[in-house]
Amino acid sequence: MNPFSYSRAAGAADAIRLGAVAGTKYLGGGTNLVDLMREGAEHPEALVDVTALSREIEEREDGGLMIGAAVRNTALAEHRAVRQRYPMLSRAILAGASAQIRNMATIGGNLLQRTRCTYFYDGEGSRCNKREPGQGCDAIDGFNRNHAILGASPACVATHPSDMCVALAALDASVHIEGRSGKRSVPLVELHRLPDGRPDLDTVLEPGELITAIELPALPLASRSTYRKVRDRASYAFALVSVAAALEVESGTVKDVRLALGGVAHKPWRAWRAEEALRGQPASEDAFRAAAEAELADASPLKDNAFKVELARRTIVAVLGDLAGAGR
Amino acid sequence: MSNFVENAKQAVQGAAQAAMQKAVELAPDSWIPGGRPDPLIDRKHGLIGAQTSRVDGSLKVRGAAPFAAEFPLEGLLYAAVTFSTIAKGRITTLDTAEAEAAPGVVLVMTHRNAPRMRPMPLFLTSQKAAGGDDLPVMQDDRIHWNGQPVALVLAETQEQADHAASLVRVAYEVEPALLSFAEAKAKGTEPGIFMGPMKLEIGDPEAALAAAPHKVDTVYRTPRHSHNAIELHAATVAWQGDTLRVHDASQAVAHTAWSLAEIFGIDESNVHVTSPFVGGGFGGKSLWHHQVLAAAASKLTGRPVRIVLSREGVYRLVGGRTLTEQRLALGARDDGTLDAIIHTGTVAMTPHNAMPEPFILPTQSAYAARSIKLDVEVVKLDMLANTFMRAPGESVGTFALESAMDELAVELGMDPVELRIRNEPEKDPTSGLPFSSRHIVDAYRMGAERFGWSARSATPGMRREGEWLIGMGVATATYPYHRMPGGAARLTLTRDGRVTVEAAAHEMGMGTATAQSQITAERLGLSLDQVTVHYGDSAMPGMILAGGSQQTASIGAAVIAAQRELVAELLKLAGNDSPLAGLKPDEVGGMNGGLAKLDEPDRFESYVSILTRANSDEVSVVGNAPMPLETQHWSMHSYGAMFCEVRVNAITGEPRVSRFLGSFDCGRIINAKTAASQFRGGIIMGLGLALMEETVFDERSGRIMNPSMAEYHVPVHMDVPEIDVIWTDIADPHTPMGAHGVGEIGITGVGAAVANAVYNATGKRVRDLPITLDKLM
Repeated sequence: MNPFSYSRAAGAADAIRLGAVAGTKYLGGGTNLVDLMREGAEHPEALVDVTALSREIEEREDGGLMIGAAVRNTALAEHRAVRQRYPMLSRAILAGASAQIRNMATIGGNLLQRTRCTYFYDGEGSRCNKREPGQGCDAIDGFNRNHAILGASPACVATHPSDMCVALAALDASVHIEGRSGKRSVPLVELHRLPDGRPDLDTVLEPGELITAIELPALPLASRSTYRKVRDRASYAFALVSVAAALEVESGTVKDVRLALGGVAHKPWRAWRAEEALRGQPASEDAFRAAAEAELADASPLKDNAFKVELARRTIVAVLGDLAGAGR
Repeated sequence: MSNFVENAKQAVQGAAQAAMQKAVELAPDSWIPGGRPDPLIDRKHGLIGAQTSRVDGSLKVRGAAPFAAEFPLEGLLYAAVTFSTIAKGRITTLDTAEAEAAPGVVLVMTHRNAPRMRPMPLFLTSQKAAGGDDLPVMQDDRIHWNGQPVALVLAETQEQADHAASLVRVAYEVEPALLSFAEAKAKGTEPGIFMGPMKLEIGDPEAALAAAPHKVDTVYRTPRHSHNAIELHAATVAWQGDTLRVHDASQAVAHTAWSLAEIFGIDESNVHVTSPFVGGGFGGKSLWHHQVLAAAASKLTGRPVRIVLSREGVYRLVGGRTLTEQRLALGARDDGTLDAIIHTGTVAMTPHNAMPEPFILPTQSAYAARSIKLDVEVVKLDMLANTFMRAPGESVGTFALESAMDELAVELGMDPVELRIRNEPEKDPTSGLPFSSRHIVDAYRMGAERFGWSARSATPGMRREGEWLIGMGVATATYPYHRMPGGAARLTLTRDGRVTVEAAAHEMGMGTATAQSQITAERLGLSLDQVTVHYGDSAMPGMILAGGSQQTASIGAAVIAAQRELVAELLKLAGNDSPLAGLKPDEVGGMNGGLAKLDEPDRFESYVSILTRANSDEVSVVGNAPMPLETQHWSMHSYGAMFCEVRVNAITGEPRVSRFLGSFDCGRIINAKTAASQFRGGIIMGLGLALMEETVFDERSGRIMNPSMAEYHVPVHMDVPEIDVIWTDIADPHTPMGAHGVGEIGITGVGAAVANAVYNATGKRVRDLPITLDKLM
């Protein structure tokens, strides 16, 4: 870990002022950034602690939620409104990390988790375009069992590790951002980038920009939603594949659906194609399978992760089947 | 060339040993240690077998038990290591200027300024050798593995040292390295030598196999494993004049002291290694480069040094279990009896170590086959030296053997428990020695009954609950009884009637001090609180490795010898005015806080009385355990029957163990509480071996790519069901206390029990570990 300065921002404006200096990073719970600094994958010169940002979970009249960036993962997962109206979000958070980490982690920081690609982490001994643009990628022909099957590029095959973001992607969440040039709001599905030629850029955030809140729109169908995470051990492991889904069925027909995948791409993967394929279709296993196949048609697996395509297909079908069954 | 000479030397020694061995085999029982049962075996209701809580439990829960990295010394410097990033070649540039200029840095040590040192004496090459490899330790510009230390930084704080270590700039001239197991095999293998050759052929097994009406002939693979003891490898070292003082995390204090003396060219008495508590050893806490580097750097600076490897550092510097590829062939008659067992294969090691993972060990004594062939071949790769890891050999060897037995049971349409019982040998099938104590059939019967084995369907895939397919599997666990030469202990009896035991043994969490307190108290007729056990200090008597599950026996045999000395001394002191007058040491035993005639307990005098009358403050004696000839006179092993119930998700393939029972036959159990904990811990480690542990070794670079607890999976709480453990508690008449080791057997057989249960659940046979979900989809 390199020497760095540490300061505590009193609020958003203070943080943005302090964050204007090049080489500065915002620090939430530190559950990922500090790790990356210890491993030599991140070398910030200054850390600005932003845990004094809002810890409010504000319930909107229409049923939506405004969630302050410094809300701890545990607090969000346990919130009554989240459990009732967006159970997939509560389950996604609880499927991640450990209780101790969730107690520390902030939701703003969670959005900015970096990949668990081991070549990315190996700052000393491996090449990584995400860490050092233009250096090359040792994962493409290396150990890539945990890597992407969708949306990867020749420069990067890493996956986004967050569980929470998968649910947020399915829930049409938007991210409130403040920077020196003002405030803006970005749909969560547009916050994270695909790697293309610039895998060093995980998100569309400009330098110095700060996430201040996450907004969840009212989404009645989300009250029947779930999150299923498939992994190599029962807890404390990143997803090989995860599925966040909400399903509304009326008279045996899919009226509306939200579907997102984790563990498969450089970003939380909103399954637009599958959703489109499902709306208006019978809520049947055949239709679920057809939708999954539509979503995965472009999957291009690597040496070690071909199983993920089939695993994603099966998990999508099982999750939608459960939701359809529960509604009967 | 040096290998040839070494092999020739071993062959000559081997011939002499063979003659000796024959004599030991044929000697009358009474000439052999253990020839007369330990009298303690008959004490049925005392401290032996009790559920005694750990004597150090309170210290540990209060955080008051000092570990190697917790000794505060005046002027302490903190160390950090820079590791090589190539597997083979030369250092061409070594720029330490930036690191040296970094805040707090006191020393950057490289091969250019390190003191001259001899290589570590390689474990197994002499009695007290403790080194994991015999490479030069930072003596030249050669790189031998990816992760080799190239610089050691000392600074005033750990953070300063860590940062400076990242500032050392190294460039290399890369040479082609042999990293691919397949490529190495194609170039040819050589015979593995592990305390003798590992090749054996009885009868004509290939012909027997070919002719057998029922057969299994397949290949099983197990991956590399890394050591992940909860306590990171650490040492606090200081030179006090010419004496090297080491607070180590060690399972071999005496060996480490001798080895460090060899390395630095000083007298053994000038190295003092202590290790009062160890946060898990498992075979990994021997001597590796870090203690040597810390001692060297301390010498250069004249200040004490603390080195704590990072978790990544442990993966880079401390060897683990190597990979194996095992052919296991079984040929059987219609009645299930075996005509042939063939267990051969190849493992990877390095040119710089002596540990060809001996996966054939369990097969040597398992089943009464009419012909047997065993062979371990090795290839040598440019990698970190592999080493011992809990039940080396048996843990992965039983995966192959016991999976194949299950496959044979399927082929025969026979219950796998019955198949094993049908092949139960009357004597050791390869050595021909009688078994000292083998009640594995009892363990199977007890275990099957308690686990509800009869409810298992022989046809796979018959039980399903929702998405989950449920199956049961079984496998034999086995681990040898070891007692290594060098066991010794000092007993000191003081006038207040209390006794201390001192032995250079180890507490790595197993409960050593607790068990030895019980044993000694029972043997001397004292209460538990009258006995204190001191250990973990190279200055104490004995050369007692905490390895091979042998500590209990080794210390136990030493205490027997010491007690005999003590009794002799006490009888002298007691003199003619004592009720004990005229008795010989063999006629008296310890009871009720004193000595009494064994068959006439009224002839008694208390320890306090003897010492008080003699006006003696204390009596101190050292006992040396006899040479462990019993292991060449009998075939001695611990056994177990492992029963597993597994659930496999029909959709995702996720395997989860839902029930486990270990039914053990490990002689007399000394402490029901700590033994159960050892069994359970071993089984949990076995679940990791079965389902998730795998060191990812990138064959392009020779680099370990998952050097962290996040990416290298071991079981977490949710992976571990309630584990039931039971035991026969039948004393072995030929061992101290009638006991066998319990430290390693728990991990053996687990891989196969899980794999066999997975087969029963799904009909899918997984022959390469770990059993991950992608293999079951």
